[in-house]
Amino acid sequence: MTIVEFSLLVCGSSLIAGLVGALTGLGGGVVLVPLLSLFFKVDIRYAIGASLVSVIATSSGAAAAYVKEGFSNIRIGMFLEIATTLGALLGAHLAARISTHAIATVFGVVLLFSAYFSRKPRSQPDREVPPDPLATRLRLNGSFPDADGARTYNVQHVPTGWAVMFGAGALSGLLGIGSGAMKVLAMDQAMKIPFKVSTTTSNFMIGVTAAASAGVYLNRGYIDPGLVMPVMLGVLAGSLLGARILIKVHTKWLRLGFSLVIVLLAVEMLYNGLSGRI
Amino acid sequence: MPSRRSWTDQKLENILGNLLRAGVLLSALVVSIGGVIYLLRHGRSPIDFRVFRGEPADLRDVHGIIRDTVALQGRGIIQLGLLLLIATPVARVAFSIFGFAEERDWMYVLFTLSVFSILLYSLLGAA
Repeated sequence: MTIVEFSLLVCGSSLIAGLVGALTGLGGGVVLVPLLSLFFKVDIRYAIGASLVSVIATSSGAAAAYVKEGFSNIRIGMFLEIATTLGALLGAHLAARISTHAIATVFGVVLLFSAYFSRKPRSQPDREVPPDPLATRLRLNGSFPDADGARTYNVQHVPTGWAVMFGAGALSGLLGIGSGAMKVLAMDQAMKIPFKVSTTTSNFMIGVTAAASAGVYLNRGYIDPGLVMPVMLGVLAGSLLGARILIKVHTKWLRLGFSLVIVLLAVEMLYNGLSGRI
Repeated sequence: MPSRRSWTDQKLENILGNLLRAGVLLSALVVSIGGVIYLLRHGRSPIDFRVFRGEPADLRDVHGIIRDTVALQGRGIIQLGLLLLIATPVARVAFSIFGFAEERDWMYVLFTLSVFSILLYSLLGAA
């Protein structure tokens, strides 16, 4: 296969990954590394580098749209980014020290978890939680626009949320994924932040987290321009397209189909990792 | 004055959101230009991503990337675009420092400075 053929094929598949990732809200990053390493036989470290860069592109590209809605909480985001960027540094350093078999195996497990969480119902009942002293001191409590003006919310369990965020950052740096699902989990489930605030704030954090490990990957020579070029352009085009047609598509079946693909990729990654093929 | 605070927060976030989008579009443009040059020059060669070798030293740091860009090397220009992309969220964090300073929220100036230092360490120091 020549470089032109390879670039076109990779760009096309990345576009589909970005499109489906945006439509289902699961993010395309999680399927990019398996796609590149299993089907295009790219070395998994190059694949992770390419995926990390694409994650920054989609997160930053979508940020302007999210910001206008007024849901994201810049203080929660910044406070938790200390945890995610530290985690990302740890993950990026681990990636150079453990074998590619181990990385592929961990990736398989994380894929299974993402498929599981994508099947969980997302709507959260209105919950009223009392103010938490630590969250109040850190000025994390906020408000968002509602049908009848602004609705305020209180944040809970700050240390737990911080710890889960550190883990999410480490996974992002190790596997080159945005780990958006785990970030939402930390905010929505642990810290009791409203779902809409959690998802938009998480999107903001993903780019900063990925940038922290992308620097390490670049310095180590894991970012190959010839590979990243078609991946990044494809994913970006796909996710921007996905954001435009988001409202018109029934996402229920798409989500189901996408989670099935994720499970299949997970099995394949586990098999290849455990048998030492990757 | 909570209402004033949230208003400036929203204004700050709008500026930052647009900054991010501009950064991404600029980076995509630079990557595309580099990509065209790269494909025109090397497009017919066979691919070689299966074995990990690591990139040559000139594609790993800012100085080498700029040198390759000036020499109009396709791979160097793509790498410059990717560097711009990585720098975009870093710029957002840097701007937030000023935003929080304007609101005289020193605790968050400190938090943001911490995130900024971690990012700079990763980009410049950690190998």
